[in-house]
Amino acid sequence: MRTPITWLRRNLVVIAGLGTLAYLILPNVVVTVFSFNNPTGRFNYAWQEFSLDAWKDPCGVADLCGSLSLSLQIAVWATIGATVLGTAIAFAMVRYRFRGRGTVNSLIFLPMAMPEIVMAASLLALFLNMGIQLGFWTILIAHIMFCLSFVVAAVKARVLSMDPRLEEAARDLYAGPAQTFLRVTLPIAAPGIAAGALLSFALSFDDFIITNFNSGNTVTFPMFVWGSAQRGTPVQINVIGTAMFVIAVLVVLAGQTIGNRRKKAQPK
Amino acid sequence: MTAVAAPPEAAAPTEPPVHKPSVRKRLVPYWLLLPGILWLLVFFVLPMVYQASTSVQTGSLEEGFKVTWHFQTYWDALTEYVPQFLRSLLYAGTATVLCLLLGYPLAYLIAFKAGRWRNLLLVLVIAPFFTSFLIRTLAWKTILADGGPVVAVLGKVGFLDVTSWLGVTEGDRVLATPLAVVCGLTYNFLPFMILPLYTSLERIDTRLHEAAGDLYARPATVFRKVTFPLSMPGVVSGTLLTFIPASGDYVNAELLGSADTRMIGNVIQSQYLRILDYPTAAALSFILMAIVLIMVTIYIRRAGTEDLV
Repeated sequence: MRTPITWLRRNLVVIAGLGTLAYLILPNVVVTVFSFNNPTGRFNYAWQEFSLDAWKDPCGVADLCGSLSLSLQIAVWATIGATVLGTAIAFAMVRYRFRGRGTVNSLIFLPMAMPEIVMAASLLALFLNMGIQLGFWTILIAHIMFCLSFVVAAVKARVLSMDPRLEEAARDLYAGPAQTFLRVTLPIAAPGIAAGALLSFALSFDDFIITNFNSGNTVTFPMFVWGSAQRGTPVQINVIGTAMFVIAVLVVLAGQTIGNRRKKAQPK
Repeated sequence: MTAVAAPPEAAAPTEPPVHKPSVRKRLVPYWLLLPGILWLLVFFVLPMVYQASTSVQTGSLEEGFKVTWHFQTYWDALTEYVPQFLRSLLYAGTATVLCLLLGYPLAYLIAFKAGRWRNLLLVLVIAPFFTSFLIRTLAWKTILADGGPVVAVLGKVGFLDVTSWLGVTEGDRVLATPLAVVCGLTYNFLPFMILPLYTSLERIDTRLHEAAGDLYARPATVFRKVTFPLSMPGVVSGTLLTFIPASGDYVNAELLGSADTRMIGNVIQSQYLRILDYPTAAALSFILMAIVLIMVTIYIRRAGTEDLV
């Protein structure tokens, strides 16, 4: 007979796992619910009443949408820069032998194994010592720097799992090096490159610590949120947080649906 | 440090194809490496050099700083901020253990028990990332608000009595206590624990579980002798991905903590950006880097796995 205790014991993992999931999701629920709040004071931490005001006017707060578009611009450029530089490194490391391989490996790995604040502080030391004006360019330089290693890791994983015989076959069929690369290597490596690019975009868009040190007076979206935590949090922050969440989930779901359809369409 | 930098592809099955030694071809990898490596040298390595030089400078903002090889700064910085260093390691360590305890069941659930819900659960683990982490951390201010439902329930069941006896909360408050900071750190780095755990659990051949069961191992024994040892790579990289960023974090301590919960990241941030005492700030961040690298190296040696990432 099933007693409640044996049931509990059997499903302990499921219960604990779902508990953790709730812990992960709870803040997003709060962010969403409070995007419909109409707070009385400057801070949006306590529930007052339902209101659609913030959703009707998401840019109603000074500088909010400006910071958002700045963050998007930086994220796009940082993604392009890091993806191009990182993909080249990944190909060199997997496909070629060269001297100083171990050193290159450490150089790629170290930025990922270091607390972000150490990189942030040392970059600031560089910019201060060289007298470089902090702003858009220093943020972009920093973002490309820390995204680079993640792109290398993502692309390397994909290229490593690639069958080198495919490229040999292309060469046997008289494809030149450029043709082999463009029509065989690149399409197969594309998912890895895409993963690296997506990761870069997310990391750059949401970066706070390095940006906090190297932005000067330039305000990215995370910097805006940080400042508002001191001055007063407008409801519009929650609107944008919720909208980003919904858009991203929709994109992921759409991607999965398309992927499933392609799988079904492929003849076995 | 050599262990940290162990090349993950060293054991790769496919050797790079041997290229014929024409000079142009031999230069190809160097041309591919050049721009990215140059970027890292100029904006990652060179800054470290500048920071090293800053840390041994003396002077003031008005008169300018000069390199005087004043190593005393390191000793002064270390002794002055011992509590903040210890707090950082303690909070980050606690958050890492909590992440492992909370993350393991969920990773296990997704890997072995989710069936057709697997993709949905994975999306739900990653989805919170899409909302800026600062906004989500601020949401904890609402969740843990004084007199809010969460705090009321925790008080009713006697949880807060235990935590205030332990000294991590005060009275019936959770916000602005160590508990809130650790709670925020755990929350923020939990996905970095779950994903590597999931990746290594998912690779396990479930027939091994059946075989262990056939050999009369009880479920607990199967877990202890088969599942957990095979998931060690995930445990190691998950704990590193949690502990390293948590040890240098200042966002959670600033937003959810108080003056008594300041971590070393808060000190470095305010020294660099508000007090403008650059030498002390540079020395502090080097000490933090050294502590983290030493701890990580020892940990990787102990855990006996160099197969990271």
